[in-house]
Amino acid sequence: MSTPMPESGYNFAYLDEGTKRMIRRALLKAVAVPGHQVPFGSREMPLPYGWGTGGIQVTAAVIGPEDTLKVIDQGADDTTNAVSIRRFFARVAPGLRTTERTAEATVIQTRHRIPETPLSEGQVMVYQVPQPEPLYKLEPRRAETRRLHALADYGLMQVKLYEDIARQGRVGSSYDHPVMVGGRYLMAPSPIPAFDNPKMHMSPALQLFGAGRERRLYAVPPYTEVRSLDFEDHPFEPLRANGHCALCGARDTYLDEMITDDRGGRLFVCSDTDHCATRREEKAA
Amino acid sequence: MSARDRLRPPVAATAGTLLPGFADPVLDAQSAFRAVLEAMARPGRVQRLPRPPAPPAPILPAAGAVLLALVDSATPVLTDAGAEAEAWLRFHAGCPLADGPAEADFLLATGTPPPLAALRAGTDEDPQLSATLILQVQALEEGSGWRLTGPGIEREHRLRVAGAPPGFIAERTANAALFPRGVDVILCAGDRVAALPRTTRIEEG
Repeated sequence: MSTPMPESGYNFAYLDEGTKRMIRRALLKAVAVPGHQVPFGSREMPLPYGWGTGGIQVTAAVIGPEDTLKVIDQGADDTTNAVSIRRFFARVAPGLRTTERTAEATVIQTRHRIPETPLSEGQVMVYQVPQPEPLYKLEPRRAETRRLHALADYGLMQVKLYEDIARQGRVGSSYDHPVMVGGRYLMAPSPIPAFDNPKMHMSPALQLFGAGRERRLYAVPPYTEVRSLDFEDHPFEPLRANGHCALCGARDTYLDEMITDDRGGRLFVCSDTDHCATRREEKAA
Repeated sequence: MSARDRLRPPVAATAGTLLPGFADPVLDAQSAFRAVLEAMARPGRVQRLPRPPAPPAPILPAAGAVLLALVDSATPVLTDAGAEAEAWLRFHAGCPLADGPAEADFLLATGTPPPLAALRAGTDEDPQLSATLILQVQALEEGSGWRLTGPGIEREHRLRVAGAPPGFIAERTANAALFPRGVDVILCAGDRVAALPRTTRIEEG
């Protein structure tokens, strides 16, 4: 089998082989230490930091021509970020198929959501991560947070959650709610809604996280314990808007609120466009 | 100049001819990496490498594929495979050869490996700076043998390893107690790989 040349003249999946090997070695160590942030030599990509460069580099190191790639941004396959990343890989990775169907995908790159359709063993999730350090807002010194992770000293975060409860009666984070991985490492689940946190626990799929600007990547192997941080008397509650999807009627999915006019009109729709479209097709059939 | 940067001059191949590496360096490295990633993510599941190279003896095709997919000038390698194997590795991967087990990022053991305690285990702050041991064995079979539990395993995976070094499980158990530090092991037999990341607990079946 010979490598078909990408249209642009770049190497398969854009990155050079040396960079891919560096990322691949880091990924294997990340899988071996679930939830631990592994530094990597993040490269400049043909789109700005903050647009998913970490996720793209992880995807580029992982995918091959036998893969089927799905890219979502806030659950949607048809938003700017998702469309441009999907088009990028279609151009630089000849042979690679792309899809909008969760069930067909072997690699799913995501920004801020986990699909509603349950994941399976053959799938790899790649998360775009803006801030990999869950303690960053409480302790900005990287040298100090590294030590806290080494000592598994997560008291700061417990105090923060306690203060939320003392002030507002409930935990204040509706997204990026910190999780404990394998009972050892505190981990930022990337800014997914707290609604999606339980899907990470004992997921059959391998979950990889890439933070391009912060030059860190980390991983959660399949069937690994992922617990949202909480207290016995204030258990973690995945938040969800109290409503149903205006398009498919779902009452169990994560919803986006849409403003429809300037007189206070509003409605909810599923954030996961593929799941919503599939449900509507099934209803119509 | 640190030991890490020091390159030994390439050893002349004794056989005179150098065997080829990957038929397709880009796509074969990708498929080999995916098999290793899958093996590492699901400890005890045996993965077949679709297009391994044919390395010089005693390197097995699976071990050759893992090395060519992962090592390069940034990763010192230590191996007991002999001069021809070292020359093959140096030519195709361009990796420096480590002076001892403590300097190596990757170790390829075709016979008895050095004690796991002699390998780099990383630090508490940087547990990723640990060695990866590529261990050649006679056969890997799922469904019976060792009982594996830990991350990546839903309940229990069984793995029969024929030809594991004596005392391996005891050494591995002592090493796993260092978590998050510790050595990760990739087992190779023929064109098949299975992995034992440091998180996996092993009980004799």
